[in-house]
Amino acid sequence: METLWFALVAIMITAYVILDGFDLGAGILHLVIARTDEERRTVIRTIGPVWDGNEVFLLAGGGTLFFAFPALYAASFSGFYLPLCIVLWLLIGRAIGIEFRHHVDSRVWTDFFDGCFCISSALLAIFFGAALGNIVRGVAINKDGTFFAPLWTSWRVDNDPGILDWYTVIAGLVALVALAMHGALYVAVKTEGTLNRRARKSAALLWPVLIVITIASLLGTLSVRPQILDNYRNHPIALIIPVLVISALTGMAAFSRKGNDLRAFLSSCLYLGTMLVGAAFGLYPNVMPARNDPANSLTIYNTASGHHGLAYGLIWWGIGMALAIAYFVIVYRMFRGKVTADASGYGH
Amino acid sequence: MDDALFIHRLHFAFTITFHYLFPQLTMGLAPLIVVLKTIAIRRNDDRYNQAARFWAKIFAINFVLGVVTGIPMEFQFGTNWAQFSKLTGGVIGQPLMAEGIYSFFLESAFLGLFLFGEQRLSKWAHWGSAFMVFLGSWLSGYFIIVTDAWMQHPVGYTRAADGSFQVASFWEILTNPWALLQYSHNMSGAVITGSFVMAAVGAFYLLERKHEEQARIFVRVGVVAGVIFSCIQVFPTGDLHGKYMAKHQPATTAAMEGLWKTERGAGLTIMGQPDVEKQRIDNPLVVNKMLSFLIYGTTVAEVQGLDKVPKEDWPTNIPLLYYSYHVMAGLGTAFIGIMVVATFLLWRKKLFASRWMLWILMLALPFPYIANTAGWMTAEIGRQPWLVYGLLRTQHGFSANVSAGNGLFTLIGFMGMYTVLAILFLFLISRVIARGPVLEESIAKGTPVSAV
Repeated sequence: METLWFALVAIMITAYVILDGFDLGAGILHLVIARTDEERRTVIRTIGPVWDGNEVFLLAGGGTLFFAFPALYAASFSGFYLPLCIVLWLLIGRAIGIEFRHHVDSRVWTDFFDGCFCISSALLAIFFGAALGNIVRGVAINKDGTFFAPLWTSWRVDNDPGILDWYTVIAGLVALVALAMHGALYVAVKTEGTLNRRARKSAALLWPVLIVITIASLLGTLSVRPQILDNYRNHPIALIIPVLVISALTGMAAFSRKGNDLRAFLSSCLYLGTMLVGAAFGLYPNVMPARNDPANSLTIYNTASGHHGLAYGLIWWGIGMALAIAYFVIVYRMFRGKVTADASGYGH
Repeated sequence: MDDALFIHRLHFAFTITFHYLFPQLTMGLAPLIVVLKTIAIRRNDDRYNQAARFWAKIFAINFVLGVVTGIPMEFQFGTNWAQFSKLTGGVIGQPLMAEGIYSFFLESAFLGLFLFGEQRLSKWAHWGSAFMVFLGSWLSGYFIIVTDAWMQHPVGYTRAADGSFQVASFWEILTNPWALLQYSHNMSGAVITGSFVMAAVGAFYLLERKHEEQARIFVRVGVVAGVIFSCIQVFPTGDLHGKYMAKHQPATTAAMEGLWKTERGAGLTIMGQPDVEKQRIDNPLVVNKMLSFLIYGTTVAEVQGLDKVPKEDWPTNIPLLYYSYHVMAGLGTAFIGIMVVATFLLWRKKLFASRWMLWILMLALPFPYIANTAGWMTAEIGRQPWLVYGLLRTQHGFSANVSAGNGLFTLIGFMGMYTVLAILFLFLISRVIARGPVLEESIAKGTPVSAV
């Protein structure tokens, strides 16, 4: 039962990264690929009707984590207190960047909110990557299962690391580059003309960087947490995950060059999905490893809710998610196809 | 300022109070927008569609603010109240997760359709998307109230060996009588905010002699909804909620009413200042025997005072609780007065010419916000010193690993951030109101809307 919920939480977080990832990616590249006001409006229109629903995956994933693993939710949210509050402020900056720029027809106003959108998106990507880096690397956990991680300590990976050290900074950069790539491919799918061309060009430029940084992060992971290989040794079938990562990386570049934007974007979805699933698989059954004393690690077993609740939750979680997927299908069908500058209906 | 418990309480109080300024209007406006859309279709009258579009704009700005200030609320259970989350997550995690997957997905998906899809959808499909937004926002309210009601009146749980709370019956938690009472009282309060705001904007236009045709629609819908829900707010919802509270949280009721000594035929204190040290109300204005009558339906019933409750179980801030309750109840009564008079004038077809009444409707705008806020303060301060009533004390629930200094850092950050949000909100809303609902005609003719 715990394992099942571990998988469900992992799926929700993966869905969040893939879906909101392209909103963030579009934001990171916003100032680069969209130069005129008309282009910027078009980029925002590509995500306008969907970004809010995508962000709900963060909330729903958080709620699912709270319900299934309350002790993990409590320990990690209070332990990562400062970066989480900063993430909340950045989410505010991102949201008002998207939603408020249209309201006033003034250069200063729109530039300000474009800046808000771009900077918040980039920093959010870095923070989310660093967050995952922290979980893989582990933190110093007290005997009672609590911890409080400072923003940084010595920048080294030792037994009492801060939130930012060389490893988590690399993880943050992986997220920044990967989501920028993801966003570029998404914008390419949803636009035509100059924007489409610039988006493809950014993707082509980002691709080698993504390869290098992905390799760097894998090497870094092996050095800070060699135990991550244990699960792979015991279940060699999982080696399909790195194979999929490599084919996804190849697919992104190959399809984008051929002009098949949709497949390139789907490859990027596969890349993000397999990277996250690969990390989750390597960690299992740990959910927050302790660097100081492995006995203090938080696992799915010592943080889960009671079985009765987990079993019942499964039923209505399933119904709720089936409904949610149905809404997503309706919305994405409704807004399918290319977005052009003069399309009507950004109705504020 | 170095007391971590105090900082964490202030942190939550500040962020939740600011947050709830927005959902109360979205939840209140959502059904009114459905009403406007319904009339538009049934009478085939496009003026009502225009009105719905105008209110959808105000709704959308509010919604953004509600979302961005709402996400911190879900995070804060973990960041600032870790011990509480760890112990109770097995129970309240359920409604909070349900809120995410049942209402937020619904709300966000259909709000996209509602705001962006008017030209792409048939009129009934567009009506449907408005209805789904209404349903999503009201479901969300329900799950949150279920969470709060469980803290006020815990049901359907068991305690595990490690002291944590686990679900025994999710159905019992969902149908907690406290939740049903609190929900009806709260949602009616939200509609009061929605209808007073709608009437106030209409009254403003009528006083300015602008957009008068639309303004009359706003005032009419606002006043009719306002009179209905102002009455429901007091009776039956407020009345039943108060009686249930007197039964299950007698200490809260006693402190709210400023009743220090247990009395037969207790009087209702209308005004006066509580003096906690001397245990009395200064300058009291009392209606004899009224409190006994309101709670038990008879003037001779005994009402329990604070003297029956051990001092360590007294609410921690009695004066603030007393004032919150009295402000809420006083304003609620005033709302009935305002709306009954307005309805009478509307019925006599004199309202739109009665400028004095339009002035009152316009100036009444902030008061439902104050009343709703005061109501929530009554509920939450009244629950003290407990997080989970009778079972878990507030002092045992906060994140002991987050120091007062770190808490103050983020509290100041939120205060700064929310100040910016408040300024942006007021600026944008006043622009929408200044431009008025008539601009919408240009959209119908196909003029680009991007500059709006």
